[in-house]
Amino acid sequence: MNAFLALLTRDLTLALRQGSAIGTALGFYLIAVSIIPLGLGPDLALLSRIAPGILWISFLLSAVLSVDALFQEDRDDGSLDALAIGPLPSELIAASKSLAHWLTTCVPLIVVTPLAGLLLNMELNAVPKLLATLAVGTLGISFVAGAGAALTLGLRRGALLLPLLILPLFAPFLIFGVGALSGAAGAFSQSILLLGALSLFSVAAMPFAAALALRLSLE
Amino acid sequence: MPVSSLAALKLACQRGGRIVVPALSFKVEAGRALILRGPNGAGKTTLLRTIAGYLPADSGRVIVSDDKGEGTGEGHFHYIGHTNGIKPRLSVIENVSFWQRFYSGADDADAAENALDAFALLDLAEYRAGHLSQGQARRLGLARLLASKRSVWLLDEPSVSLDAASTRRLETAIRHHLAQGGIALVSTHLDLALGDAATVLELQHGRAFAA
Repeated sequence: MNAFLALLTRDLTLALRQGSAIGTALGFYLIAVSIIPLGLGPDLALLSRIAPGILWISFLLSAVLSVDALFQEDRDDGSLDALAIGPLPSELIAASKSLAHWLTTCVPLIVVTPLAGLLLNMELNAVPKLLATLAVGTLGISFVAGAGAALTLGLRRGALLLPLLILPLFAPFLIFGVGALSGAAGAFSQSILLLGALSLFSVAAMPFAAALALRLSLE
Repeated sequence: MPVSSLAALKLACQRGGRIVVPALSFKVEAGRALILRGPNGAGKTTLLRTIAGYLPADSGRVIVSDDKGEGTGEGHFHYIGHTNGIKPRLSVIENVSFWQRFYSGADDADAAENALDAFALLDLAEYRAGHLSQGQARRLGLARLLASKRSVWLLDEPSVSLDAASTRRLETAIRHHLAQGGIALVSTHLDLALGDAATVLELQHGRAFAA
């Protein structure tokens, strides 16, 4: 467990010092959210109705921007070799990396989401609900993305292949995440429970897929 | 140091489906080093990576005997390859402390500092690793060996980009490791002064013989 924490703290320190990955994701998110109204025209009622969908889609696209670097740097500088023979099983290495992605990419995106909602004329009382769906759903997103990053590790142009591979897997998260805000009776509680189940399943299952891919990438 | 010997039993190593090292057998006892020599492409890296467990062996096996019996050696290896495993944005001491904490699971500031001291990097401890020269970066990579104790060192061309004084420091570190009952497998083109603790294994494309 201490090796897990050591790896997680190192990755958080690196992400904070680098700053560019967090900055790129935040910038992309805010720009995507602010140019969509330009394309849709000044219909405030329409904007506020589709705001949850726009925010979720922009969030997902922003979150995958930096994910290809998740293992790539460690592989290129030889750290992955040294990590792999350490005391931590590959599954936990993958879990630590995915968790670091969630903490350094998804959490900052969640934090600026109320501001992004304001740009889309989102109803104020829907904002806490949206934040809840994001907080519950995006943990699973990071773990799916982690497995995808491990699978495309070492491929030329893996960064381009990666979104093709993982964005379709985000579909159920998107459906339940937006469904929770449809306003239908009971929709919120049902959808958020399903979203939580999806997220937990990803957290439990994806590290195994990622570990397999990581071991293959060392050959 | 709990490992008493490392043996290869008819170990055939493959890379990309091509057999690079066919049916090699050797045994290294605790306190001894095996120096791997051979031309480029003779399979030195492949052999070391197979022993470390990164590459599956084509046939045969690696047997590491420790106080619990025979195993594959998982958890006993340090591997230093062509890359150093250091992060340019962390300071020198942060780099070595990370590996110390990761391998041993506990903070030991003394171990990290001693490891830097052994490779003459203590003066640069607060310096960003990204600003180090090639040779200094290599020394920082090697400092990982000393920051946490592991019995079997697998070193692939460890002396690359080291100057004469640093190579002496590397020799001292390896000799000290052997004296404590450790094992080292080193591929190198240089003559490392390890005295009679070292045996040389010549790898020639497809064959191996003791020199």
